[in-house]
Amino acid sequence: MLHIIVCIKQVPMVSELPWDPKTGTLKRETAQGMMDPSARRALEAALQIKAGMGRNQAHITAVSMGPPMAKEILYEAKALGADQGVLLTDPRMAGADTCMTAFILGKFVTDHCPDAGLILCGSMSSDSETAQVGPQLAEALDIPAIGYARRLELVHDCVRVERHVDDFMELMEMDLPGLVTIDHAGESDLYTPRYVALGGVEAAFNAGDIRVMDGTALGLNKGFNALTSSPTKIIDVYSPATRKENRVLTGAVKKMVDTLFDDYGKIISSAMGKDLKTHDHEGDV
Amino acid sequence: MSEEKQIWVWADYRNYFQSRVTLQILARASVLAEKTNATVCAVVFGDKVDAYAKEYIAHGAQKVYVTDNPFLKTYNVSSYAFLLSALVRQFQPETLLIGATRFGQEIAPRVAKQLDTGLTADCIDLDIDEKGQLVQVAPSFGGNLIAKIITPHTRPQMATIRPGTFQELPHDDEAKGEVIPIPLPDTMPSPRVRCLKSELQPARARKIETADIVITGGRGMGSKGKFRKLFDLADLLHAEVGATRPVVYADWVSSEALVGQAGKHIRPKVLFSFGVSGAIQHTAALADARFIVAVNKNPNATMMKLADVAMVADANQVCSGIIRALKQRIRD
Ligand SMILES: Cc1cc2nc3c(=O)[nH]c(=O)nc-3n(C[C@H](O)[C@H](O)[C@H](O)COP(=O)(O)OP(=O)(O)OC[C@H]3O[C@@H](n4cnc5c(N)ncnc54)[C@H](O)[C@@H]3O)c2cc1C
Repeated sequence: MLHIIVCIKQVPMVSELPWDPKTGTLKRETAQGMMDPSARRALEAALQIKAGMGRNQAHITAVSMGPPMAKEILYEAKALGADQGVLLTDPRMAGADTCMTAFILGKFVTDHCPDAGLILCGSMSSDSETAQVGPQLAEALDIPAIGYARRLELVHDCVRVERHVDDFMELMEMDLPGLVTIDHAGESDLYTPRYVALGGVEAAFNAGDIRVMDGTALGLNKGFNALTSSPTKIIDVYSPATRKENRVLTGAVKKMVDTLFDDYGKIISSAMGKDLKTHDHEGDV
Repeated sequence: MSEEKQIWVWADYRNYFQSRVTLQILARASVLAEKTNATVCAVVFGDKVDAYAKEYIAHGAQKVYVTDNPFLKTYNVSSYAFLLSALVRQFQPETLLIGATRFGQEIAPRVAKQLDTGLTADCIDLDIDEKGQLVQVAPSFGGNLIAKIITPHTRPQMATIRPGTFQELPHDDEAKGEVIPIPLPDTMPSPRVRCLKSELQPARARKIETADIVITGGRGMGSKGKFRKLFDLADLLHAEVGATRPVVYADWVSSEALVGQAGKHIRPKVLFSFGVSGAIQHTAALADARFIVAVNKNPNATMMKLADVAMVADANQVCSGIIRALKQRIRD
């Protein structure tokens, strides 16, 4: 039997964020959570692999490290077809950077899923956008990894991956156990995620338990603290400078267009790399 | 300590003429090196890569470490990460910078983990603080939040750098630099990931992600036929055309053009936005646009608030108007 581990993350739902377009401020604390879109694709890949394998040939464990509220996405993962959901949660895990996140997930896989054959992650989460946790988890587990899969196929004890990397189309292969991250980009391809049927999450909510593990259950040292163990430190977070000018033009189109070129022609022409006549009203005559 | 401080730039030379990120980082590394009294070094892996070593010297590298071996002919994340980690352990650079290409973002985290050091992804700026530490400036939420990050206790300080962030230095044939050959270590394991095929895709002449001018069209363009007019404008402006999701779904344009959370991130010097409402999933990808001209019938559309110049008008009429004006104004 193939034990597939899918690492999923809860991210703030961007469209729901209290958002001020003028100042560009986000209030993350009050945000609604959702399953990270690229992790959702990884789960989809796992479900497709399982479906292609015959009854009881594969077992899917969805695991997430996060606050207690991240339980929701594990219920959702179960509703979608994961066999098991595990939440790693502990105040001491808060503030983990990618290295520490990989360490914690790695600890879970090594100690609690020693039979793991294939580990799937999204290639890049929609909030922190680092693309680092997958590769670092592979490193923590000392297994091979291939990133940005568009399609993956199991061939005996190997996995074969098609991917698109920096203008190169590549076909890669590695032995299992191994880790694959699923490409976060692209909309209309193989791993476009399925959605839960109405009431599905509720059903999963009632049906299955999510296993919740804190640092002690996971076997972390007493003094463990992800925030202080992380090699990187965030020293400042801010919203990019607000745009100062917001010039509103109204009236006749011809006049507006002339104003655009008269007042901003230089900006446009330098971006074009071509000279423009900025004050030209010859057409008016 | 009398030891020389080094800033390393891992050389990503694949598709050299299109992918300039290594040269861009070298330019910034030169500035950082001046502030910290360090040496700028490039690190090149591959087969017959002498020519690249020379290029890097001409673009600011003072030293180039080169491991030249047929074994390294194709980019391989497991071999390259092993080798880069081994060299870092040997030479102990202060800083290691890597272009945030997809391959760069694959190798960097593995090296960081092997070395137990920190890594900041996809930086849009780098600086040095008063303690001489590298300040890594990285966006999240598609640029809607920016974080400043340091690596206080471990070395090297590692970061991947977004392509297009810095300007490469002009090619200087006179520049002097030292090429230091490094033999392939005996301990090099056979790669655990095998590359069966790696083919450069036929080059697309222009790319929306790096275009200096982008024209985006939304549902407000009205129809597929009217949307085509944006391409006429694009030809005059040497611009690329992007679209919102409804436009892609309606098949007015291919999904390659999708701009937003689910599509491409763009960073043009000038963005023209026609008939786009400005939903967050779309605007998340626009944070790096420097100058925005928006056209919308509705002055209260979010896109209009984000714009430097907001034109309250019919998108099609303004598009035609700009085409007409450009035809008169472009000097040949
Ligand atoms: C999970 C998720 C991911 C998404 N990802 C993306 C993404 O990556 N990219 C993306 O673009 N969207 C994405 N969306 C969709 C997004 O939420 C918006 O629906 C979309 O961006 C709106 O496109 P629009 O501005 O073209 O259309 P609309 O919102 O319908 O806006 C049309 C605008 O045109 C104006 N208009 C109408 N007629 C005229 C006229 N004659 N002249 C001038 N203006 C006119 C209107 O005033 C309006 O502001 C995503 C949504 C979800 C839920």
